[in-house]
Amino acid sequence: MKSKYFDHAATTPVRSEVMEEMLPFFTDIYGNASSVHLPGQKAAGVVDDARQKIADLIGADRSEEIIFTSGGTEADNLAIKGTAMALKDKGKHIITSSIEHHAVLHTCQFLEKHLGFDVTYLEVDKEGFVDLEMLRKSIREDTILISIMMANNEIGTIEPVEEIAEIAEEHDILFHTDAVQAVGQIPIDVVKQNIDMLSLSAHKFNGPKGVGALYVKKGIKLVPQSSGGAQERKRRAGTENVPGIVGMGKAAELAKKEMMEKADKLSSMRDDLISRIFSDIDDVLLNGPEGKDRLPGNINITFKFIEGESILLNLNMMDIAASTGSACASGSLDPSHVILALGRSHELAHGSIRFSLGYGNDQEDIEYLMEVLPGIINRLREMSPLYAKKK
Amino acid sequence: MYSDKVMDHFQNPRNVGEIEDANAVGEVGNPTCGDIIKLYLKINDSDETIEDISFKTFGCGAAVATSSMVTELVKGKKLNEALTVSRDTVAEALDGLPPAKMHCSNLATDALKNAIEEYKKTKE
Repeated sequence: MKSKYFDHAATTPVRSEVMEEMLPFFTDIYGNASSVHLPGQKAAGVVDDARQKIADLIGADRSEEIIFTSGGTEADNLAIKGTAMALKDKGKHIITSSIEHHAVLHTCQFLEKHLGFDVTYLEVDKEGFVDLEMLRKSIREDTILISIMMANNEIGTIEPVEEIAEIAEEHDILFHTDAVQAVGQIPIDVVKQNIDMLSLSAHKFNGPKGVGALYVKKGIKLVPQSSGGAQERKRRAGTENVPGIVGMGKAAELAKKEMMEKADKLSSMRDDLISRIFSDIDDVLLNGPEGKDRLPGNINITFKFIEGESILLNLNMMDIAASTGSACASGSLDPSHVILALGRSHELAHGSIRFSLGYGNDQEDIEYLMEVLPGIINRLREMSPLYAKKK
Repeated sequence: MYSDKVMDHFQNPRNVGEIEDANAVGEVGNPTCGDIIKLYLKINDSDETIEDISFKTFGCGAAVATSSMVTELVKGKKLNEALTVSRDTVAEALDGLPPAKMHCSNLATDALKNAIEEYKKTKE
């Protein structure tokens, strides 16, 4: 039996069309995009084609506003540290949210620790939304950057980025959004949505790992975070990952073409799975919002009285892949900062499981999951001292 | 990540459940840290032998496996022998645990000590 993969928010398989497009650039067309000769110029040409496809996917006016990076983490680092260093004489205050990915949170903490910045981490409501009033109140004279994710990786909450961008503009503050989870799942238009910088990662939308991009609106100056050659208009030194970039371009083209159809399909599978979990299993909670404000492929459920890693191990034995916000699976002592930020207790955070749907999931996968999941939950609960107390 | 023995005890835990006429019970952990282990013991009052033992555990794979292994290691043992079973004994019997799990999820021997101490107090 093929394994049932419900972890597309962690990473996705590379589409065969994407891989085919990439292959010649490992062996036949291997030039360095910075070289003057023909092999080099061929490589430079395909890099720019891919740049245009990514610009098209997110609604950017100019392809040169796309900077290729090694992934979402590097894009977040470049946006936040690059802005901080460029504007440090104007101000040293940054606003972000408490439910950002660690690529943003730890970058902000780095700036606090090493460069004397002050960071406000906005709390979120019980569904994970940033409060716009709180955002307004936290703006100071010296605020230079607001960085709020477009959609949360654990609970799928889609943040009101357009409104946030408007507030940022009113106060002449730059706005960056980590859109790693959103790209290819929901429509993005950086011009209409008034976004200054946006991070994306190829492997989250069926492209290869190790390549991503940062959109930077024309006119914004960033201090590069790697020193070296003049690649990417001197904003990101290092030889371009040509096969990866070509793959990312192809994945972006497919994502743009198929997005609406995919979003409809995944949202309906998502809602079906959520309602079946609620009807077949007692004592469950949905983490994150319902409906249109949730990423199409995201399901995050707390199974009360039991712990996430033990659920994952059981699912894994049945060839089902999912993920958990429990500390026990992460190697740290604290459970998911996102689930805790919703106001859930540690116990409830330990029992949270994320099922993330994507390209390739079908109804058969859902049927199989629902065949085995209630039994697993039941068996673990029978073993749990907390469940005994409840009874 | 886990040894075959850990997975075996996780998949087929020995001695799960409650003992209705248990005369010693020990509990450790709390939901904040992610593990709670509760042991039920039936101790023979005349010769201080653990006649029966069972557990209930809220926690990860390692927490379940260590609970299961402790019950297996001490069943039929005298109390003073049972008290010599340490965290290391349990980890070795399971062919090792991942480093991160050695402390946070290897609490079953603490629950055993608690249960035996409580039992001894009631006998004084």
